[in-house]
Amino acid sequence: MKRFFSAVSLFLALLIIVFSAAITTGCGSNGRTIKVYNWGDYIDKSVIKSFEKQYGINVVYDEFANNEEMYAKIKAGALDYDVLVPSDYMIKRMTNEDMLYKINFDNIPNYKYIDDRFKNLGYDPKNEYSVPYMWGTVGIVYNSTMVKEPVNSWKILWNPKYKKQILMLDSQRDSIGITLKMLGYSLNTKDQKQLEEAKQKLIEQKPLVLAYVGDQVKDQMIGNQAAMAVVWSGDAIYMMRENKDLKYVIPKEGSNIWFDSMVIPKTSKHTADAELFINYMCDTQIAYKNADYIGYSTPQTEAKKLLPKELTSDKTAYPDEGDVKNSEVFEDLADSLPLYDKIWTEIKSK
Amino acid sequence: MKKRNWIAYPHIVWMAIFVLVPVFIVLYYSIVSISDNGIQLTLKHFARVFEPLYLNVFIRSIELALISTAICLLLGYPAAMILASKNLSKRNMLIVLVIIPMWMNFLARTYAWMTLLERNGLIDTIVKAIGLPPLNIMYTDYAVVLGMVYNFLPFMILPIYSVLSKTNKSVIEAAEDLGATPMVTFKRIVFPLSLPGVMSGITMVFLPAVTTFVISELLGGGQYTLIGNLIQQQFTLTMDWGFGSALSIFLMILILISMGIMSKYEKENEGGGLW
Repeated sequence: MKRFFSAVSLFLALLIIVFSAAITTGCGSNGRTIKVYNWGDYIDKSVIKSFEKQYGINVVYDEFANNEEMYAKIKAGALDYDVLVPSDYMIKRMTNEDMLYKINFDNIPNYKYIDDRFKNLGYDPKNEYSVPYMWGTVGIVYNSTMVKEPVNSWKILWNPKYKKQILMLDSQRDSIGITLKMLGYSLNTKDQKQLEEAKQKLIEQKPLVLAYVGDQVKDQMIGNQAAMAVVWSGDAIYMMRENKDLKYVIPKEGSNIWFDSMVIPKTSKHTADAELFINYMCDTQIAYKNADYIGYSTPQTEAKKLLPKELTSDKTAYPDEGDVKNSEVFEDLADSLPLYDKIWTEIKSK
Repeated sequence: MKKRNWIAYPHIVWMAIFVLVPVFIVLYYSIVSISDNGIQLTLKHFARVFEPLYLNVFIRSIELALISTAICLLLGYPAAMILASKNLSKRNMLIVLVIIPMWMNFLARTYAWMTLLERNGLIDTIVKAIGLPPLNIMYTDYAVVLGMVYNFLPFMILPIYSVLSKTNKSVIEAAEDLGATPMVTFKRIVFPLSLPGVMSGITMVFLPAVTTFVISELLGGGQYTLIGNLIQQQFTLTMDWGFGSALSIFLMILILISMGIMSKYEKENEGGGLW
């Protein structure tokens, strides 16, 4: 048996050597190649094909599951991606750590189509590093057959009437963030006392919570397993399509408004081609295809006009400025991150 | 045979690169603090491990793992005895039945339990049809323990079975000839002889149970942080690799100690290993 394992490991070792050799020579060939690193299931794949065809640039397309995973890999420095699609606070962190190139906006003429509402935001105040790809909010999705009263405040998540019928996001930043919002604080606070207050609130809420979930929330809400859940707007659109009883609200206290934007990391060796790709993504037809496929909200104004009216007039996907006037964009917590983590562990180990 | 020793080298190299080196990297991260002032030796990560908040997480994880191991033993031992007592053709069939679920992906099996246990799920529907009140154990400790027992039970049955089936039947016959009741025979002959199997069964169930983070996340609804969740959180979310490494090292030490205790029993008798 031992000999068998040795043979297998030898074989595997050889395999790795051969493959890594193949990959390195692949990069050295004449064809132009860019590497794109995006969220899972977050693009209409036909768009990549048409880009390759139009510009003769080969695209290596990889996917990540969350910002932190992407950050850890880029920070480790072994990967030479040309385009990334991180969220707001992660872009801030990466610019703070000098990990991103400034984008030459002369090469991105399609940037003019991006809604001015989404320019010069906190994570990129002078608009030097990022081009918005998708955006959305965090809110409450509820089942109108189980919740008869009007839903307009985060406070309903603390209503004992819905004991064991509430689903929270298993995400420290979002769950603590909405609690801070309910208490009237900023969801970027680093103030110990405010965070302590939010912690007490969440501990108080725990007996009412059915579960802290991630992607499962979609199945659970569609399957009528719970009365309400904290969700991202994009997921809400998907759920509402599957279950007509579901409704989505952005509570009046305000919420989190988020952006996934395209950036060029300093690991890139083909910044001009990366800009070509970013510009292509902002093309009206292409942005439309992506928004239609993913179901999230596009910041590209012309593409939005091509989408079906019932979607663009729905405030779930496209809330107007009044609906999100109290909402904030996440900022990088930097040194306060361990504090958030500790609070979250305390809540969950109660 | 000696000439062929070289064939083991890839294996040794493989183990060194992918087991030893990573362990040392984890150890390294757990005892340094990396800041703008450079890299300094520190024990602050380990100091944090011993804060009551995190010790409680350890205690909780060990508690749940112990409960699951005990249930596995209570269910697994009789099952192994029944297996060992069957004649050969039946026995092989039954063993295949024990092993078949393990051919399926662990995650898929756990997801399957979610649909069984949820509100208006299959189990609740049946229970209600009989006229009993719904169980509603989804997202509770019961569901977590159930998930652990279900997933790890084969690891208890197989090593015990392997020892029991090798037990010399004449020893048992001798005991019966000398007038021992079945109960006494079991207590004084069969059980002591099967101890190595029991010990390796306990190890093989306890280790994955204490480190799991998938079962507690899916079936426990993320309500109770276990040590596996805590470590995962440090690496993927908080980016506190130092603290995460310290937690991992502390867990490794705990596991090494318990394995040391177990292996003491195993050495006394051969054939305790699984397969």
